[in-house]
Amino acid sequence: MVKNIAFIGDSESVKGFSAVGIDVLVCDDTSEAAMILKNTADKDMYAVIFMTEELFETAEKEVNKLSEQSMPAVIPLPGARGNNGIGIKRLSSFVEQAVGSDILFKNQ
Amino acid sequence: MAIMNVNPTRMQMTKLKKQLLTARRGHKMLKDKRDELMRQFIELVQENKRLRDKVEAELSVCSAAFTNASAVMSREALESSLMSSKQRTGVDVRSKNIMSVDVPVYKAVSESSDESDIFPYGFAFTSFELDDAVMSLNELLPDLIRLAQIEKSCELMSAEIEKTRRRVNSLEHVMIPRYEETIKYISMKLEENDRSSRTRLMKVKDMLLDKAHNYSGK
Repeated sequence: MVKNIAFIGDSESVKGFSAVGIDVLVCDDTSEAAMILKNTADKDMYAVIFMTEELFETAEKEVNKLSEQSMPAVIPLPGARGNNGIGIKRLSSFVEQAVGSDILFKNQ
Repeated sequence: MAIMNVNPTRMQMTKLKKQLLTARRGHKMLKDKRDELMRQFIELVQENKRLRDKVEAELSVCSAAFTNASAVMSREALESSLMSSKQRTGVDVRSKNIMSVDVPVYKAVSESSDESDIFPYGFAFTSFELDDAVMSLNELLPDLIRLAQIEKSCELMSAEIEKTRRRVNSLEHVMIPRYEETIKYISMKLEENDRSSRTRLMKVKDMLLDKAHNYSGK
């Protein structure tokens, strides 16, 4: 089953992703992020949806809904505005959920 | 711990003993499942961390490269050269079963005529900074897909571990003690019944003997 990859981000961050064959969805208004994510996920065309961290944060509710499904994988990536550490925070939240407390990344 | 609301009969006790056995076996298996899931999860999450650090570092390099490119080229020229793409990157989705958790396995599929020909523009009107930027992003692509796979696996596994942990705990601290206490209660009740009927029989025997031979009259 071959599926596509999407990248949702602001117009600065998406630069170049379309050139390497990833479908790009521009979202400059953070309030629209959740809606765009929902529409993209509903299409059932994408196995992986990358999002910039700011948009990932604002669309948290939608992201949580999708996290229970095996498809698509919604992955936050740092955008053009730099890294705010959500990716690592997300990892430590996984550890916390599984173990009960964050035993791996607490000291970092 | 509250005991169950059951009739204190031998039949019920046999049934409960069977259930207790099943609960114990289930508890042991779930515990093994949890331990194995946890071991794999920790390995995966550590790799996830490594990969994420790497990807984030390289992405910032890429984004710096694009900024460089946009400094030498006009905005319109840059955007129009990146608008189309020569290749289409997709992922072949399979799933793998890790201790009853279906985790995805992504394999990058590139639909392009020539693997090395990644640039969607002619070189005449673009700067070499842009070539660098596109190339470094293209090289990062396999890592991005791998990151997606591992992170989704971690997400699914952490949810499953939480569920299994709850089940193990509820069996260990609620179900099994409850069965044990109920069984104890029933067996004590049965013994009590046994003793009381025995004393009653002895009493009746005494009374009958008394009547037949008039023992007490002596």
